Amino acid sequence: MFTILGVGPLTWITFLPIVSMIILLLIPSGRDEKSKMVSHILFRWLTVLTTFLQLLLALAIYFNFDFGLTGINQQSTMQFVERVRWIEIQNLPLLGNLKIDYFVGIDGLSAPMVLLTAIVCFAASFASFGIEKGVKGYFAMYLLLDTGMMGVFVALDFFLFYVFWEVMLLPMYFLIGIWGGPRKEYAAIKFFLYTLLGSVFMLLVMIALYFAVGTFNMFDMMDPSKYDPSSILAGADTFWRYVAFAALFIGFAIKVPSVPFHTWLPDAHVEAPTPISVILAGVLLKMGTYGMLRISWPMFPDAVRYFQDYIAFVGMVSIVYGALCALGQHKVGKRDFKKLIAYSSVSHMGYVVLGMAAMNPEGMIGAIFQMFNHGIITSMLFMIVGVIYDRAHTRGLDDFGGLANKMPVYTGIMAIAFFGAIGLPGLSSFISEFLVFVGAFKTYPVLTIISGSGIILGAGYMLWTLQKVFFGKLPERWAGPWDPTGKKYKHDDLMPVEYAALVPLAIIIIYLGIYPIPITDLMNTSINHLIDFVKTTGSFAAHL
Amino acid sequence: MTHDTLLILSTIILLLPLLGFTIIIFWGKRIGATWSGIIETSILGIALILSIIVCYSKLFTFASEELIQIKFTWFDFGTGGIKVGIGLDNLAAIMLIVVTLISFLVHFFSTEYMKGDKRYSRYFAYLGIFTFSMLGIVLANNFLFMYVFWELVGLSSYLLIGFWYEKDSAANASKKAFITNRIGDLGFFIGIMMIFFTYNTLMFDEVFEAIGNGIFPFDSTAFLTATGILVFCGAIGKSAQFPLHVWLPDAMEGPTPVSALIHAATMVAAGVYLTARIFPMLTAGAFIFVAFIGAITAFIAATIAITQFDFKRILAYSTVSQLGYMIMAIGVGAYTVGFMHLVTHAWFKACLFLASGSVIHAMHHALHHLHDHHTDPQDIRNMGGLRKKMPITYITFLIATIAIAGVPFTSGFLSKDGILAATLAFAHLSGGGIYWLIPLFAFSAAGMTAFYMFRLTIEAFHGKPKIKAAAHTKENNFQIVAPLVVLAILSFWIFYSINPFDISSGWLYQKLPAPTTVVPAESQWNHLLPINDKILETQHNSHSYANLFEEEMHHQHGSAMILSILIAGGGILLAFAIYQFKLANPDNLAKQFGKLYKLSFNKWYFDEIYQKTFIGGTVLLSKLMAIFDNYVIDGLVNLSSLITRGISYFIGHFDNIVIDGLVNLSANITGFLGLMLRKLQTGKVQTYVIFVIIGIILLFYWLW
Repeated sequence: MFTILGVGPLTWITFLPIVSMIILLLIPSGRDEKSKMVSHILFRWLTVLTTFLQLLLALAIYFNFDFGLTGINQQSTMQFVERVRWIEIQNLPLLGNLKIDYFVGIDGLSAPMVLLTAIVCFAASFASFGIEKGVKGYFAMYLLLDTGMMGVFVALDFFLFYVFWEVMLLPMYFLIGIWGGPRKEYAAIKFFLYTLLGSVFMLLVMIALYFAVGTFNMFDMMDPSKYDPSSILAGADTFWRYVAFAALFIGFAIKVPSVPFHTWLPDAHVEAPTPISVILAGVLLKMGTYGMLRISWPMFPDAVRYFQDYIAFVGMVSIVYGALCALGQHKVGKRDFKKLIAYSSVSHMGYVVLGMAAMNPEGMIGAIFQMFNHGIITSMLFMIVGVIYDRAHTRGLDDFGGLANKMPVYTGIMAIAFFGAIGLPGLSSFISEFLVFVGAFKTYPVLTIISGSGIILGAGYMLWTLQKVFFGKLPERWAGPWDPTGKKYKHDDLMPVEYAALVPLAIIIIYLGIYPIPITDLMNTSINHLIDFVKTTGSFAAHL
Repeated sequence: MTHDTLLILSTIILLLPLLGFTIIIFWGKRIGATWSGIIETSILGIALILSIIVCYSKLFTFASEELIQIKFTWFDFGTGGIKVGIGLDNLAAIMLIVVTLISFLVHFFSTEYMKGDKRYSRYFAYLGIFTFSMLGIVLANNFLFMYVFWELVGLSSYLLIGFWYEKDSAANASKKAFITNRIGDLGFFIGIMMIFFTYNTLMFDEVFEAIGNGIFPFDSTAFLTATGILVFCGAIGKSAQFPLHVWLPDAMEGPTPVSALIHAATMVAAGVYLTARIFPMLTAGAFIFVAFIGAITAFIAATIAITQFDFKRILAYSTVSQLGYMIMAIGVGAYTVGFMHLVTHAWFKACLFLASGSVIHAMHHALHHLHDHHTDPQDIRNMGGLRKKMPITYITFLIATIAIAGVPFTSGFLSKDGILAATLAFAHLSGGGIYWLIPLFAFSAAGMTAFYMFRLTIEAFHGKPKIKAAAHTKENNFQIVAPLVVLAILSFWIFYSINPFDISSGWLYQKLPAPTTVVPAESQWNHLLPINDKILETQHNSHSYANLFEEEMHHQHGSAMILSILIAGGGILLAFAIYQFKLANPDNLAKQFGKLYKLSFNKWYFDEIYQKTFIGGTVLLSKLMAIFDNYVIDGLVNLSSLITRGISYFIGHFDNIVIDGLVNLSANITGFLGLMLRKLQTGKVQTYVIFVIIGIILLFYWLW
């Protein structure tokens, strides 16, 4: 492990945004127009710099990562581990000696997520340039959110995990509630309460696990021999273990979101500002499925095997139902571009759940690769919506048409994201969907075949949108240039900042579509170990 | 040429058009439209020359007839990986020439045809990515690459059909094509999942070997049949077979050279190519399915083509019908003639389409010249008499028409005759009954083909100009007519077999790999199984008589030939009688056959039925789901929040009124008392004296 100033890279990558946030808060906003403008530029570029350094760190971690180590349930095979005692209180009533560690480390499961978070946060920081209101507060919140997300993916102590989970919640609430659209209060509170409900389930299970094991160390919680035989979570295949797993699953499923816990997502996406939609879809949704794999699967292998069929069913329903709802958007109510993509996220995250339930290498690696790809592609899709929203101040699908002639480069880049979402070969999501399907077919042939209809429906709503917005004739009202003064938009096509946000993502989509090994090899060892671990521990515990 | 050189050359051929695409997409603006066209066309020219070299070496100088291939792991998942690769056998080598030659001619043609289009260079980029993907299908030696390039040709087809996307009809047609293809592809994909599930590999040779060793999906040959049919579903979509044929006629919204390249000669033939590739794993059940799909398609499409008026749509239905022929040929087991028909059809159908492009181009210019922007330049009712105005187009079109009608001394006769013989042989060997329907469909479609193709020729080229514009057309220049001439020449028999009446003596037939099967004997047609001892007895040359079927085909050849000449001749005569010599009035005929005419004219109502059932159903379902989501699921969420708010409202009020009320009440009582008692404190001595006196009186009263 390499260190910088004696501190490990994971601590750096997690807390760098906090450091920047403090610096940012010290910069005065300025009173008159000119100093305001200077400070805004400072805030923006400080955030870009921070996320760029984070991206560099993530790449450094990637290139120093040992692809052969398993991770998952042993500290010795985790990488970049840092562990210090954080909280220690002796002789507490009921709790005994409370010990909480600052314990971080990554393996093949979390490394792709760390990389994804760094990439998405960097790209979204460019998309944040359009924020005009309360710039200082916005970027402070943005950086705090960044720390929270990164922390969730590196934490190996359940308590720490929970803390980061909640840290991320708070700025998100404000970012939607203050910088959002017309119904921002409703969306923000809905998001907050929904997620909080999930957190409560998680908290309860965490406390129960703590009573059973005596520490918050995740690895202890995965080891059946560490469980106090008298605790309710001891043993295997007991009623309480099933209940605990189900509660945890619902907590994470809200975040994914799986049907029927998904209705916060369309509202949150529609109301959130562009970069926050990007982060929401790009990173936040992955926390749900990441949590399942990091916590639910190895801690409750017996319950996973018991609920496996139901989980696959949830995945299947999410795929088909989400796709149908996205398709139905063009028939019901106001046709909102973002809402359509939100429902497509529900559908695409369903693939992840289906792949995870399959419990074989193809399905599982496909699922995590799909998390990564969905993160990149959906981020792009939301930025694409943001580009026209910034110009036209509307996202109504009916308000557009014929943009392909007005903005040809934009249309070209858009096509990569759209066809990525459809799962076209040559683009990264094809490989992940292919793996998910072949893996899921091995375990659940019928469910997989039904899920296959999602492929057709996906093509349906995506191409419909493509045609509606980009083909056909340009409506009269957009005939002139976007910005007649020529101040903000010198020409009709993309601006340099938008290039900076979109082009790297497009390159990643194509590159991984042709050469997926950089990501698949990253997780191979860990995921295969996870599958073995869940399968053998499950059976081992069953024979206790 | 060695093994490695051949593969490297094939890879170069594959990648060249992609290079062109990349150059034009990124630097198209800088190099300018004209140069984009020139660059892409010359790249295709190089690819064509290389293909000819590769094909010649593979067929005639390379030592082995076998497949040569490379395999590598694309990505793995720890416990195994997905292997892919490219391979070259005689089938692929011949296809390389078909694809690159037609693509080159279409590029050449387009440099003139598309001149002045505002997205001229983009057009060539799309042609480049299409050619790349199509070559990928040709060279794939595994199911995954097949599927990958399969989808990529779908993408390029989508882009090119919707090339003039300002028109709603073009945008709709491209969407329809993509989604209809996806439906077939889903079946293909499920088939792939089944294969991967069973064999853990997607390489053609490894899968076939495992089947030969008796490994079947779910340990049952029924599922082997199902797998074959599922993979074939991809071909149903791409080759526009019944019931997914509806997209191809609409695809004519694309530029005409594109129709020639993609929707006539190459991409739509990919389904046939795929079916030929999976031929060894098809069981008797799968063969029957394939054969009937093909026969039904050939028949239905031919009936529709008879009554259409749009120049390109007639050709489109003709394509669907001919593709049905090829599929049917493979379904009855005559894989070699099926593939040969793919090759011969590619030339004459490309010729027909490019000639139609030439006509439309000329009509368009004539109309433009007359300032007429409402007349449809593609409607044959607006043409007539073009023979004299456009002689080269006419002659090449006529040659291709004769070829597709199946007149002797043309390539079409050779391959079609083989197919017809095969259907007779199949019906004979399989025990007759319902299987006689296949030759029946095949022969009637052959008659109809001759009829409608000559109807088209006569209506468009013969007689007198029906409108003014048709009289003002003139022959196009070199770039447009040169490809027509090349393709028309290739429609003669001589290039395939010296003997104009027997295809099996030709070099092409003999160079095609002999059909094999790996399916266990009990689930395969007896007549398709190889009979090794027989080969030795009746060996004329190295490839003939691999099984009973080939022998029977040879027997049926004579009768099939005479029948097919009679039927084609009948169709041609009928067309001349009605349209040239006006012995009967077509309008009266249409009235006489009212219902049948309407059925044919309205394309058997497929679009209407699909619109009402599948599309309408999906839309309705999605609408219901969206409403359900909006009002029920989200309604429940909002309801729970409403209930919570309601409860908290009541609790709030209870707190406010009752609990806080009690607190306030006690305070109020105290205050009230205080208020009352305050009145006593008047500050006047007299009052206090009176109080004292009253007090003393009360005291005394109480004591006593």
